[in-house]
Amino acid sequence: MLELLQYEFVRNAIYAAFLGSLACGIIGVYVVVNRIVFLSDGISHAAFGGVGLGYFLGLNPIYSAIAFSTAVAVCVGTSSKKLGAREDTVIGMIWALGMAVGILFIKLTPGYVPDLFSYLFGNILTVSSSDLLVMLILDIILVSVVMLLFKGFLAISFDREFAQTLGVPVNLLYNTLLILVALTVIMLIRVVGVILVMALLTIPAAISEIFTKRLIQMMAGATALSLLFTLLGLWLSYVTNLPSGATIVILAAAVFFSIIILYRRS
Amino acid sequence: MSNIAVEIEGVSVYFDSKCVLEDINLKVLENDFLGIIGPNGGGKTTLLKVIAGLLKPTKGSVRVYGKPPDKAEKLIGYVPQMGQPDLAFPATVWDVVLTGRLSRGKLIKPYSEADKKAALDALKAMELEGLKDEPIGKLSGGQRQRVFIARALAAEPKILLLDEPTLSVDRRLDTKFWEYLNELKNRMTIIVVTHDISALSKYVDKIACLNRRLYYNESKQITREMWMEVYQCPVDIIAHGLPHRVLEEH
Repeated sequence: MLELLQYEFVRNAIYAAFLGSLACGIIGVYVVVNRIVFLSDGISHAAFGGVGLGYFLGLNPIYSAIAFSTAVAVCVGTSSKKLGAREDTVIGMIWALGMAVGILFIKLTPGYVPDLFSYLFGNILTVSSSDLLVMLILDIILVSVVMLLFKGFLAISFDREFAQTLGVPVNLLYNTLLILVALTVIMLIRVVGVILVMALLTIPAAISEIFTKRLIQMMAGATALSLLFTLLGLWLSYVTNLPSGATIVILAAAVFFSIIILYRRS
Repeated sequence: MSNIAVEIEGVSVYFDSKCVLEDINLKVLENDFLGIIGPNGGGKTTLLKVIAGLLKPTKGSVRVYGKPPDKAEKLIGYVPQMGQPDLAFPATVWDVVLTGRLSRGKLIKPYSEADKKAALDALKAMELEGLKDEPIGKLSGGQRQRVFIARALAAEPKILLLDEPTLSVDRRLDTKFWEYLNELKNRMTIIVVTHDISALSKYVDKIACLNRRLYYNESKQITREMWMEVYQCPVDIIAHGLPHRVLEEH
């Protein structure tokens, strides 16, 4: 087992698991308690448009994806009220639109481009050192913003209307939160893929919620669980020779449903 | 002459083309305890939201101690109607009450000792110190409602606005709940929207009736005409616990 650690790609995968779990643990809690799972999923799929745009323009797709999905996050956060459309309808449209734009750009890009499959499932075993650096920087940004705005995020997550009566800038806080979600998703998209991002945003937070009574505890629990699932899933995928992303998702979901069943019985 | 806490002049609110509030005029004096009754859909919640600054009226002006509501946020303590409370929300009573100390300028700074003291005093006023570290989801409806009042009190407001505070409270605890409000009425202005006419008759000083239009004669009596206007049908109401009579003799 330990001899695996001599390979750089294995060490990088483990670092990525730590960095990614921290982001998923913290932001996943906000995604779950604010019931913005669908919105987050929409942002992550729409980010594909940014990825395609990056390849087309010859930029690093991670930067164009950050710009693109941040814009999408803010648009969805502010526009649905103004458009008079239901928020989930707007999310569904932007989800599809983002992916369609991405596919067009990739089709128009000459030369090598990655396939859709690698974007959906990613591969934690292909994380490069420069990816790790981007993840580390985004983690630092996420943690600092959450520490600064923790009270405000708690207030708007629990009761947005009351926070508004206190003069708290609720829309600004909500949009900031959506931008953090977008950053988390982007940071992990190339590493683990859209599907694993959603699993790591929701499952650890949902399990942690059962056993904790404060937001900060729920974040710590979700981060630890996310790390556990990622590392254990990686090892399982190595032993069974199955794709790592899918193994991690199935492991996490299996634990979630086992706990739900056991917990409901007792 | 007491100060005017809330002054509403010619306020109308339209949602799209539907008129929800029409030409409301209301003057609430400092330390008044005003009850607002009226049928469902009569605009009671809308009126409270207008006073709390959550909703801009289509027409007319609202002044809270002479300021527009969104400039008077430090003076207002809002206790929203409890919809479907998120029972799983990971926060303790203490976490929730502390959020009452937030304001535009205090978003980034940690809570100060003064903030903690104000929150603790608010908990004590609602007799909730013992539940301080309980998760909010574990409380009964009545306890949770008191937490929401404590949260509003933590801001040390001069006006308390309550929207249907007894809706989810166990009937047997109702009286106790109104006693809590009664304790507060010497310290601040209270405006409460409710269906609970018997409690109104016993505790509040003044009653207004609202059904799109507001009927208010700065007293505790509801005339038969007011009642007819508001409910659009003759109703015989008997407020239990007489001699706290709400309706005039008839």
